[in-house]
Amino acid sequence: MLRYTLLRLLGAIPTLLLVIVLAFLMVHAAPGGPFDDERVLPADVEANIAKAYHLDESLPKQFVRYMSGLLRGDLGPSYRYRDHTVSELIRSGFPLSLQLGAMAITLALLAGVSAGTVAALRQDSLLDRVIMSFAMTGISIPVFVIAPVLVLLLAVKVHWLPAGWSGSAGAAKFVLPVFTLALPQIAYIARLTRASMIDVLGRDFIRTARAQGLSTSTLVRVHALKPAMLPVLSYMGPAIAAILTGSVVVEEVFGIPGLGQFFVRGALNRDYTLVLGIVIFYATLIVFLNLLVDILYGVIDPRVRYK
Amino acid sequence: MNLAGNRTVAVSSSILLFVTMLAVVGPWISPHEYLTTDFSRILLAPAATNMQFFGTDDLGRDLFVRTMLGIRVTLLIAVVASMVSLVIGVAYGAIAGYVGGRVDAVMMRFVDTLYALPFIFLVILLMVAFESNFFLIFVAIGAINWLDMARIVRGQTLSLREREFVEAARLIGVSTPRIILRHIAPNMLGIVVVYLTLTIPQAILVESFLSFLGLGIQEPQTSLGALVDAGVNQMEGASWMLLIPATLLALILMCFNFLGDGLRDVFDARRKS
Repeated sequence: MLRYTLLRLLGAIPTLLLVIVLAFLMVHAAPGGPFDDERVLPADVEANIAKAYHLDESLPKQFVRYMSGLLRGDLGPSYRYRDHTVSELIRSGFPLSLQLGAMAITLALLAGVSAGTVAALRQDSLLDRVIMSFAMTGISIPVFVIAPVLVLLLAVKVHWLPAGWSGSAGAAKFVLPVFTLALPQIAYIARLTRASMIDVLGRDFIRTARAQGLSTSTLVRVHALKPAMLPVLSYMGPAIAAILTGSVVVEEVFGIPGLGQFFVRGALNRDYTLVLGIVIFYATLIVFLNLLVDILYGVIDPRVRYK
Repeated sequence: MNLAGNRTVAVSSSILLFVTMLAVVGPWISPHEYLTTDFSRILLAPAATNMQFFGTDDLGRDLFVRTMLGIRVTLLIAVVASMVSLVIGVAYGAIAGYVGGRVDAVMMRFVDTLYALPFIFLVILLMVAFESNFFLIFVAIGAINWLDMARIVRGQTLSLREREFVEAARLIGVSTPRIILRHIAPNMLGIVVVYLTLTIPQAILVESFLSFLGLGIQEPQTSLGALVDAGVNQMEGASWMLLIPATLLALILMCFNFLGDGLRDVFDARRKS
């Protein structure tokens, strides 16, 4: 177990290195400098700026400098937010994004697993078809379509929920963003749960348990739920990645000052260091959360052998 | 199951065909141009008069024509990008599966590594670093989506290459590339088509996501994602600017997903029987 964890941790290093090198090269291969503006700067000013940000050094040298900073948790200065380092911006934006993401994933699991289980128990009934049609719709419609449409319908047309973030207090402002973020994942998890629940409910040990006179609810809770959750657990990696991507959109639409908003602003302002830093941060997060899911999988399912 | 699958396939493919035809023909019928701005006709609501079916935007441009153009761009990018991923995926998967052994192990290990990469963020970075253009969008989306295809094709090739007719071809001295092209590839057509229909909505999603963020298709060109983005900025006064492209985008994505699902059901049923 410990050995497996360590091996997987070591295995994550090349992946992360690949992301960092690719991202770094892309940013540095960009045509034009990061400070190119409509206003042409005098040559000596430009040279000074290049020197201050070490842009006059050779590419390998810049990479070594960036990597040694990265290992110390220093992602360099932001090109646009002049008084802040990238690490400071990530530290200020991430807690809010984490809060949103955690709420969304909890909601997605609760709603998705319940809906999927109900659909599996009433297989091929009208209820099952309705739930599955909703699930297909939820999968198909992207977050950047759901978010503004829900704002328009629930916040602009009828004032049930606040449309924006700032100025509205309390828990109400969380409702729309969290729901929007969770919706596609609810749909995926419902489909996965239904399929694997149907599979598990058809197995022999369930028939035996039913023959002993267990009620359906005990049957599901005690016997079927755990094995049926395995595909859902292995979907958690992609789900987390999708929620991170989705939060970029949701934060932009609702005006939430989280990491996603910094990312979009950075991308539109061509703030190379900020975007590079956030990409590396997200990539690290995704790779390690995937790792965590894999390890948890082994804890829950002892049949998985660690090689 | 077969019938239900067929009905889903029929309905969703008819809707897609209709939308595509409308997008092709619509701009020819309409008297308006997608570029022409008219400041006397700003933010007009949809109306049948003057063929203003979808209204006008904040620059007075006709939204019916712009939306149809957006659908064309969205579909074009999705189909071409999916073709890119199809070619890469089939070639990669077939070679790995047919050659087998250590080559297969190395090639598939590489795919596993790529799976762990958060591609969407790298694509965003690519769009930030370089000026966005059609070619870059094709390559970026194609590069993301070939992994699934490669895995499926490899699996199919592994089982196909042990079959008698492949062995017979090998015995009479047919070259490896020819075996892959003439004997293995045609036998995978069904499953490849199913996954292609499921790749297209993913490509649409990436393109419209990028355009929504302002990193994909640039003005005055447009796509459904870019139109949704423009609609968000005007939604309080002109809700049609958001609702029409949003509905169409959702409809197209849903149809492709239902089509892929239905085709898979039909295909699975045929394989089982």
